Parts: sequence; C-alpha cells; structure tokens
Amino acid sequence: MAQMTMIQAITDAMRTELKKDENVLVFGEDVGQNGGVFRATEGLQKEFGEDRVFDTPLAESGIGGLAIGLALQGYRPVPEIQFFGFVYEVIDSISGQMARMRYRSGGTHTAPITVRSPFGGGVHTPELHADSLEGLMAQQPGLKVVIPSTPYDAKGLLIASIRDNDPVIFLEHMKLYRSFRGEVPEEEYTIELGKADVKREGTDVTIVTYGAMVHASLKAAEELEKNGVSVEVIDLRTVSPIDIETIVESVKKTNRVVVVQEAQRQAGVAANIVSEIQERAILHLEAPILRVAAPDTVYSFSEAEEVWLPNHNDIVEKVNNVMNF
Amino acid sequence: MKHVLESVESQFEMFQILNEDGEIVNKDDVPDLSDDELKELMRRMVYTRILDQRSIALNRQGRLGFYAPTAGQEASQLGSHFALEKEDFILPGYRDVPQLIWHGLPLYQAFLFSRGHFHGNQMPEGVNALPPQIIIGAQYVQAAGVGLGLKKRGKKAVAITYTGDGGTSQGDFYEGINFAGAYGANNIFIVQNNGFAISVPREKQTAAKTLAQKAVSAGIEGIQVDGMDVLAVYAATKHARERAINGEGPMLIETITYRYGPHTMAGDDPTRYRSSEMDSEWEKKDPLVRFRKYLESKNLWSEEEENKVIDEAKEEIKKAIKEADNYPKQKVTDLISNMFEELPVNLQEQMEEYKAKESK
Repeated sequence: MAQMTMIQAITDAMRTELKKDENVLVFGEDVGQNGGVFRATEGLQKEFGEDRVFDTPLAESGIGGLAIGLALQGYRPVPEIQFFGFVYEVIDSISGQMARMRYRSGGTHTAPITVRSPFGGGVHTPELHADSLEGLMAQQPGLKVVIPSTPYDAKGLLIASIRDNDPVIFLEHMKLYRSFRGEVPEEEYTIELGKADVKREGTDVTIVTYGAMVHASLKAAEELEKNGVSVEVIDLRTVSPIDIETIVESVKKTNRVVVVQEAQRQAGVAANIVSEIQERAILHLEAPILRVAAPDTVYSFSEAEEVWLPNHNDIVEKVNNVMNF
Repeated sequence: MKHVLESVESQFEMFQILNEDGEIVNKDDVPDLSDDELKELMRRMVYTRILDQRSIALNRQGRLGFYAPTAGQEASQLGSHFALEKEDFILPGYRDVPQLIWHGLPLYQAFLFSRGHFHGNQMPEGVNALPPQIIIGAQYVQAAGVGLGLKKRGKKAVAITYTGDGGTSQGDFYEGINFAGAYGANNIFIVQNNGFAISVPREKQTAAKTLAQKAVSAGIEGIQVDGMDVLAVYAATKHARERAINGEGPMLIETITYRYGPHTMAGDDPTRYRSSEMDSEWEKKDPLVRFRKYLESKNLWSEEEENKVIDEAKEEIKKAIKEADNYPKQKVTDLISNMFEELPVNLQEQMEEYKAKESK
C-alpha cells in the first residue's frame, strides 16, 4: 500500500495499463512532455515514448475523431479533454459517434475508448472549466460515465474503464485531485463499473451522491450523527448505468432518501435516481425524496462559488427536512 | 503588395487526362492500366450507373429507403476506389455506397443499409470500411485516426475518406486534414465537388476559388482533378496512395463532378435550384460517354459488352433485393444486444422485458 493523492492514483492506473497492454495510447493537449496541465500524465511519455503518449493539435473534435480512428485500428485510446466544459466541441465524436459504433455496425466495429476529463468547482477556475456536464453524457445510450471520489476508487475504476471494450467517460473532480491522500495498492486491481459503494453505513436516512459531494455528504453525516441521525452515504462511482440494487436495498432499510449532486437541479443525474426509487421502492418511503443541487443558473463566476455550490450545510438541512416530514 | 490569392490559385489548375471527346490531352500522366483493368473500370462504371437508375426506381416503389443518387459521379467514386488495395480503409459519406460495394460489401447489404437494417452495416470480415457517415465531416476526423493507426502499425495501406463541396465548410473537415498533416498520417482526403450542397451552390460555401487549395491550411498537398475523367481521378488517387504509404503524408483531392439526380430521394427537387441548360451542359461531360469513346478508339469496348454488363447488373440487383426482402426482421432484443459487449443493468432488465414481448 502507498499513500497517494487521487491524481497520483490516476497516473498510476495509466502507467499500469500502458505497461500491460501495448495498444493503450494516451493523448491530448499537453499530455506529453508537459505531463498534463494537472500532472496526470507526468513522466508517462518519458517512460513509454512518444509513440504511446503524445500531444495533439488544439482541437477537441479532432481528438475524439483520432480516438475513434485509432480504435478502428485495434488501439485502446485514452484521450484527454483538458476541461470537461470543452466537451461541447467534441459531443459529436463522443455521443454521435463512439457511443454508437458497436450498435451502428452491428458489432463489426467497437470503440474501446476512455475519455478522461477534469471538472468540478471549488478551485476558482475561469469560465467553462468547472461545469458539471455528466448529465449530458448519462443521457447517451452506449456510454458509461464514471466519477470517482477517492484515490483508491480512481485507480481501480480507471483500470476497469481502460479495459472495458466500450466507451467510458471518466470524469475527475479537480477539487479532489490533491485535497487528501488515501491508501492505494501498488499492484493492479479493478473496481467493477456500475457498482456503487457504501462509504458510510447508517439506518435513518440514505444519501445517494457522487464526486466531491461524497465528501460534503460524509461531513454532513458526521454533524447529523451528533444530533442522533444515522446517515448511510452511497457513493455511486458510476453515474451511468446506476447501481439501482444497492440504492434500493439501502432505501428499504432507512426509508428516507436525499440525492446530492453538485450540478444544477435541472442537470446532473439526481432526477433519474429519484424516479428509479419511486418506481421500485415507493412503499418503503416515509417521506418524499429530496434533492440537493446547485441553482439553475449558468455555473457561477468564480468569486460566487462559495454561495452557489452545494455544501454540507445544504445537505444537513435537506436531511433534517426528510427526517421531520 | 503581393497578390497572394492569385498566386495560390495558380497552384491548383485542374488536372485532366481525357477530354470530353475521350481524347488523351495529357500523355505524361496516363496511368499504367492494362486492357483488362481499363475494361473492368468501365464495367464498374456502367454497373454503378444502372445501380443508380434501379435504386431510384426501387425507392419510388417503396422497396428502398434512404438513397442519395450517384449518377454523374462514377469517375470520381470508382476511379478513386480503383486505385485502392484491399487493405486500405474506406470512411465513406452517405453518397459513397458504390465504393463500399466495390470494396466488398454485398449488394443486398447495401440495400439493407438504405432500408434501415443493422445487418446492412455489418461489414464482412476483411472488408475494411465503416458504414456510410451521415454527420458531414465526422468521417474526416475519424479518417485521420485510422490513417495514424495504419502508420503506427507500419502498414503499407491508407485511410481514404470522402465528403462533398458543402462538407468543406465544416470544422471537422479542417481538423481532419490538419491532424493528418501534423502526424504525417496515411490519408487520402477526397472532396467530391458536384457544385451543390442540396440547393446551395458551391460559391456560397466559400470565397476560395478552389476547394483543393484548402489543403494549404493544413500544410498538405492538394490537387484539383476533373472528376468526370476516370483516368485523371485514378491517377491522382494512385499518386496520393504512393505518397502516403511512402511516409510522405496525406493529400487532399478535389474532384469536379456533377450529380444528374436530386440530392437524395427524400423529396429534393433540383429543378428549384438548377437550370436545364446546366444539366445538359454537364451531360456532355458524362464520365461514361468519354471513357466509352476512349475505350472504343482502342477497340476495347463494344455495345454488346456494355449490354452484357447492364443485363448482369439488373439480374444481380433483382437477386439482391430479394435477399434483402428475405432477411429476418429486426427485433428490439437484437438492437439491445448490439449496444455493449456486456449489457449494463438497465439493458439487462429491458432485454428481459422485450424477450417476453417477442415470445408472445
């Protein structure tokens, strides 16, 4: 075991896969010699050569097309989109093309591509860097969307994503890159995609969440415990497909749910989770399912992040609402 | 002040080998094709003209679905394809079904593509191609990836892709040729300039005098070719292929061509935007007419041979449509099982649901 930050765990996962499979290629804007704008690919070009880890021209759509074409030649591309706000430039390559490759060709062609991209607020980035756009991706059949919240999960999920023979969108929350260290095994391991993780067990109320909100929820759970409220925190880890079984099992035990996301209320994946629960477990509910989400405005100007982003106080308040319904 | 535009445009004069009368006007560049190859090229062009006529008729009878007419573009489509090898990878646009057929896609599958059946898109083993691309420009960025992949694998093969004149206005068009240029990838990019993008004339796409000169923005070679001259298209593509497999990077080829029919069979009416004078002027340039004259002058082609090809084409088309008719209908469970290697939980549930429905 080693103590790693999430970004180190991500680099370690890529190194593991570059070593294991010569078809793995890592490319994007500044991922080569520079080692990535967040150092996620630090040292990889030096270790594996320019043939395996390389820079691209500054054009996201071209990067998406490059990944698709390389996949058609038997490679396993791991392209990076520098910030996920730039995904709009490459939505066709992702949603219009790679997500549909297996289906449209009746299985003749596949797209074993892992698109890595940072997102997420709380670090005062300029415009269109921090937006939570996982909801867009989650609506596209043919994609899996993974969002880790810990160094351990990040490594295991990224290795599993790279090995998956269908496209995976792997979203890395910028605030979690270096905010804490965690135990990460040095050897290779995988975490099954589509499986949630109970980060804290509880009996009174279930919080379903992902990304940076996992940590806000854990903080809220600690506070709530002081008032005698026992909170179970489920970290989705994969936001498409959703591990509905783990959620329903928890709901049957606690009978109360709050879904927490950083994205705006009209975005993200919370509404989907609410409707899955009400279809499958309505008779187990003691209260309506409430959501914690950002206001339905454009992502905040950076100085307004503190008042705009959902935080543990918002979560405590919503949990108290469902407890006192 | 230098007149940059004029000096750029002068670099892109049209490359031609056969004139409208089927006479060689450019002896130096006549490609080295055997008599049998010349005849095969003519056979494919005639066959494809018949295929177009029959496809339009079958579409009108409701026996085909989406269809983008190809008559007039035979030299551009088949001359370029004839310069390829089996290991070359084709990324076609929606009008480029003929290239797929001559690359090995069975005719009945091309008809299933038209109708909207997934089997039409299942390339047989060894047919290196994608299904026709509907998103104009997407094939260009993907081609750059295939071209880079071939280069990285050390293969003596190219990725070839096609778009139209309108498609050169897309961002993906520029990104595709620029990426391929930056990586020196094994690519041939073809722009089939038939003068119109649905109803919009090519002059409204860009102020550039040629589309070939757009290669300059990527720093790659470009050439404008008479797209009604099959020998010129073949020679240009062959040259581009040689360059690419020798590591000299990608090339952009603009073929000046014309579609005699509508944009697609989905209700487009070319009389709204094209004059009959224009049509008849281009009919004089028909690629079949001039190549026929050329072959006849060399005693390589006769009416009898042509009729044989026509009969053969009609017979095979009839058989292929029947084969498409008899192909099993699609079920939702088929569509679900084509989504992923391993179905996620939501699709597992829906699979069960539709299995139950389908067994009723």
